Amino acid sequence: MNIIAIVDVAYLVAAILFISGLKQLTSPATARRGNQLAAVGMLIAVVATLFVKDILTPAEMLGGLVLGTGIGVLLAKRVEMTGMPELVAAFNGFGGIASALVAGAEISRLIADGEPLGAASAVTIALSVLIGMITFTGSFVAFGKLSGRINGNPISFPGMRFITVLAAAAAIGAAVWMALESGAFPAQPDGVIDGALAVTIAAFALGILLVIPIGGADMPVVVALLNSYSGLAASATGFVLDNTALIVSGALVGASGLILTNIMCVAMNRSLLNVLVGGFGGDSATAIEGTKSMEGKTATSTSADDTAILLAYAEKVIVVPGYGMAVAQAQHAVREMGDELEKRGVTVKYAIHPVAGRMPGHMNVLLAEANVSYDLLFEMDDINGEFDTCDVAIVIGANDVVNPSARHDKSSPIYGMPILNVDKARTSIVLKRSMRPGYAGVQNELFFNHNNRMLFGDAKASITAVVNELKAMD
Amino acid sequence: MLENIIVFVLAAFVGREVISKVPQTLHTPLMSGSNAISGITVVGALVVAGMVEGSPWATWIGFAALVFATVNVVGGFLVTDRMLQMFKKKG
Repeated sequence: MNIIAIVDVAYLVAAILFISGLKQLTSPATARRGNQLAAVGMLIAVVATLFVKDILTPAEMLGGLVLGTGIGVLLAKRVEMTGMPELVAAFNGFGGIASALVAGAEISRLIADGEPLGAASAVTIALSVLIGMITFTGSFVAFGKLSGRINGNPISFPGMRFITVLAAAAAIGAAVWMALESGAFPAQPDGVIDGALAVTIAAFALGILLVIPIGGADMPVVVALLNSYSGLAASATGFVLDNTALIVSGALVGASGLILTNIMCVAMNRSLLNVLVGGFGGDSATAIEGTKSMEGKTATSTSADDTAILLAYAEKVIVVPGYGMAVAQAQHAVREMGDELEKRGVTVKYAIHPVAGRMPGHMNVLLAEANVSYDLLFEMDDINGEFDTCDVAIVIGANDVVNPSARHDKSSPIYGMPILNVDKARTSIVLKRSMRPGYAGVQNELFFNHNNRMLFGDAKASITAVVNELKAMD
Repeated sequence: MLENIIVFVLAAFVGREVISKVPQTLHTPLMSGSNAISGITVVGALVVAGMVEGSPWATWIGFAALVFATVNVVGGFLVTDRMLQMFKKKG
């Protein structure tokens, strides 16, 4: 067996490990092993490349690996679970720029080795740079929005759409230019190099322009989509280098990101285009002032001790967490409340809307961090039938996903969005800092139901107060 | 090229089949884990930067790519592991 074949077999093994690893992610019981399997696959691919291929500068390469590993370990160890969305966004960005850089380095390599470049290869290089750079700058804008470094509201300026279209046209034009100039390569490489630089600049701008008009709470869709792009960028680089390992892995990730993107869009009853065009909502709700009454009905507020009594004498309680729980870091207090209630024989379940939080599965990770058993976490479709039979539904920092107007108010911007049926519970309690409307900028009908109570204040402080009351009852 | 396209399409289908069965509760680890897999670009970076002679450009651009991709891979797998070890079933 020759050297090349050994490397190819190693890549095949890696691909098989990636696929089996992802397959094991279908259950929380096997997921950890699945991730480790995928990591082993990656190690095999890297080691095979490093030792079996003819690496001319092994010391430098090892240095790069060690440096990257150090930074990666540091970031992964230091992140708080609430900061996970922005870390994933940042990692996406790193993957994107790596793909773009590899494509760029390949141009330099071809020049150095005096190899020709076909028109098709020139286009794949352009594509790799384009997707990679869009992923990079797009991810860092998403990172900024998620971590609060950039305003979470949709940002736009006059002529922005026009500039976006212009940048896209420039990128396509530059790619065509690279294909046309590829005939003169590598004797006269300037045309290809200029084209690649133009693609880089256009894509850099595009990534920013595409993400800044999108509001903070739409970031789950954006992060999922950028996840998909980072995979496609790796695949494109695989086409550039004629490397199957990159093509396969990139395609897997591309598919994964697209599936998540689609799930998020369906859960908001909005098309991907509608999300990407942007301008929808923001972190701080816009026009409408929070009011305490609506259509003659008034929201009733309650206190922590009344809430505690209500919960203590319930048979079944459903907890509905939202982004507000993450902001207030209330997940540990929520788990403590759950424990106290279970001690009293109350059945406690958690209902999680697909777009709760700032990334797919965000709430699940936070509750897992707080040690809530994962079999108590239910998806929307599995638990929506149970609100009828529950005594208390307690909403912690969620808003639009529990707004009954989504069912019947055709004029509402959230009309048609599937919601959690909190209004069907015997009593609902909403924890909120104020009456301010949610992300979609609409007032929540739920708050004015006769069987709803508002518990105002910081979510963590309120839950802690409830827990103390529960403990005092013994 | 055609062969590569076939491989790409087949892999995308496999990905779709496997990943659509991942439950919502694991979507964050799925994202960070699959993101780490997309760091496979590290292999590309090694090939480009490590196998060229007399082109400092290729070496240094490739080196930068190598560092970024490694951060992506190592950080991605580690943070996914950190998350997944928290998913526990009580009792």
